[in-house]
Amino acid sequence: MEKDKFSVRDLDLYYGSNHALKKINLQIPERAVTALIGPSGCGKSSFLRCLNRMNDFIPGCSVSGKVELDGSDIYDANTDLINLRRRVGMVFQRPNPFPMSIFDNVAYGPRLHGDRDRNTLRDIVEESLRVSALWGEVRDILHTPALALSGGQQQRLCIARAVAVQPEVLLMDEPTSALDPMATARIEELVRELRTRYTVVIVTHNMQQAARISDTTDFFLSGEMVESGPTQQMFTSPRDKRTEDYITGRFG
Amino acid sequence: MRTSLKEDRIPRIAVMTIASLGVAIMLFILYSLVRDSIPILAHVTLSDLLFGTHWYPTYDPPEFGMLPLIAGSVSVTLLASLISLPISLALAVFLSEVCPAILREILKPVIEILGFFPSVVLGFIGMVVIAPWMVMNFNIMTGLNLLNASVLMGVMIIPIVTSLAEDSLNSVPKDIRDASFALGATRLETITRSVIPAALPGLMTASLLGVMRAIGETMVVLMAAGGAAMIPRSIMDPVRPLTSAIAAEMGETPFRSDHYFALFFAGLLLLLMTLALNMTALWIESRAKRLRS
Ligand SMILES: Nc1ncnc2c1ncn2[C@@H]1O[C@H](COP(=O)(O)OP(=O)(O)O)[C@@H](O)[C@H]1O
Ligand SMILES: [Mg+2]
Repeated sequence: MEKDKFSVRDLDLYYGSNHALKKINLQIPERAVTALIGPSGCGKSSFLRCLNRMNDFIPGCSVSGKVELDGSDIYDANTDLINLRRRVGMVFQRPNPFPMSIFDNVAYGPRLHGDRDRNTLRDIVEESLRVSALWGEVRDILHTPALALSGGQQQRLCIARAVAVQPEVLLMDEPTSALDPMATARIEELVRELRTRYTVVIVTHNMQQAARISDTTDFFLSGEMVESGPTQQMFTSPRDKRTEDYITGRFG
Repeated sequence: MRTSLKEDRIPRIAVMTIASLGVAIMLFILYSLVRDSIPILAHVTLSDLLFGTHWYPTYDPPEFGMLPLIAGSVSVTLLASLISLPISLALAVFLSEVCPAILREILKPVIEILGFFPSVVLGFIGMVVIAPWMVMNFNIMTGLNLLNASVLMGVMIIPIVTSLAEDSLNSVPKDIRDASFALGATRLETITRSVIPAALPGLMTASLLGVMRAIGETMVVLMAAGGAAMIPRSIMDPVRPLTSAIAAEMGETPFRSDHYFALFFAGLLLLLMTLALNMTALWIESRAKRLRS
């Protein structure tokens, strides 16, 4: 945990007149797992989408403030969005593989960015599926439809797909909320391993999950960032009363 | 449980009755088509009927070679599809993926109105506008020909295919577009590499339905295709598709004559062609469903 990957300063986000994020200031450490927790509707997903500018697609959404990735502001006018999204990958709440083969799903990103050579693609696909701990299960069915996989497998495929473009950061928005406990356990295990290579930012409304897998936790409430700190400390001795109420299950 | 079963029963029976009535009517039509087309086979062999190149049903002795009519139907349908399917699909992609909302609100009703155009009006336009224009510009004897009819038929099927294709593009989940953008795809890459492939079965079904509509279309070809029972050598040749032969000749043919039976046979051929396309569309759909589950 030598340096910060993201440094967010005075970030405000509006959906029309709805002030969804209020003056957010926080750092996201490199090669660590950062968990964003908080009750539903507090702005976790909105914040996550600020980190790869997926909010750009939402009509009426406006953002001000600074989001620095390795020191340069990604909301700067001359940011290359394609390059940004290549560096900052995303895994969504519901597994969303493309309706094509497993192989084509993983190769989608590399192909976009110009990889055409079959051997190179094969290597990338294998490597990515190994990273997402799916290789053993799908090595013989690479050319069958991805949608035939189970939900948990689909989500690991989505992780492989994101990993295939060699991102530096992985954003995950409640990646296990649509999965059963077994599949959830596998993804959690995977997230812990991913930390050695990637900066992971994971949204969860499951506090046990945050406690199990993250190094740093940020607690959001009604669009504000209430408390940020090492996960251990946050869960054992929270500084803010509201954090304590939330993690002890008094609301949420 | 018990009451709900009972309550379910009445609508169920109603639906079943209506559905089986529909099937019964279909079967009856098929039966009478078959019944009235078989007698012609007693006088003309199947291969002469299908591959004979002379359609002179009123000569003495008559000739019932349907190849020119089949060629007429196939050529008009193909040319109309060639003209209209690319336009329809491009229009659908434009409407669902590119077009700003305001323009879309204007374009969609315009296209729908085009779909309500009575085909006889289109045929009329073909006769009084397109045909004279073609004669003036292309140095040909008559402007009522394969190209004229195909253009009109294209105009007829564009609204159908466009709106069906647009539906299938719209039904591609937003999830998939998000996944593509999040991997660094541009808007164009997202459309061509994930949205269109995901909607492909729907796009193919839409196209097939358009083609089916074209094969069965009668009025436009009757008015604008020129009506000559010949195998076309160029797109400026007049043609006589199966539909226009039936429509033009049925009224003047003696009941239960050979000519009458031959026209029924032509009708059976049309039905079989549309049926084949329909089956293909169903097959594509079921395959797509299998891939998805
Ligand atoms: N696409 C959107 N358009 C308009 N408002 C939105 C959109 N997404 C979220 N919001 C609003 O922003 C607030 C924060 O939502 P969100 O970021 O989804 O919270 P969380 O992920 O913590 O549940 C909510 O009030 C929600 O209604
Ligand atoms: Mg959310």
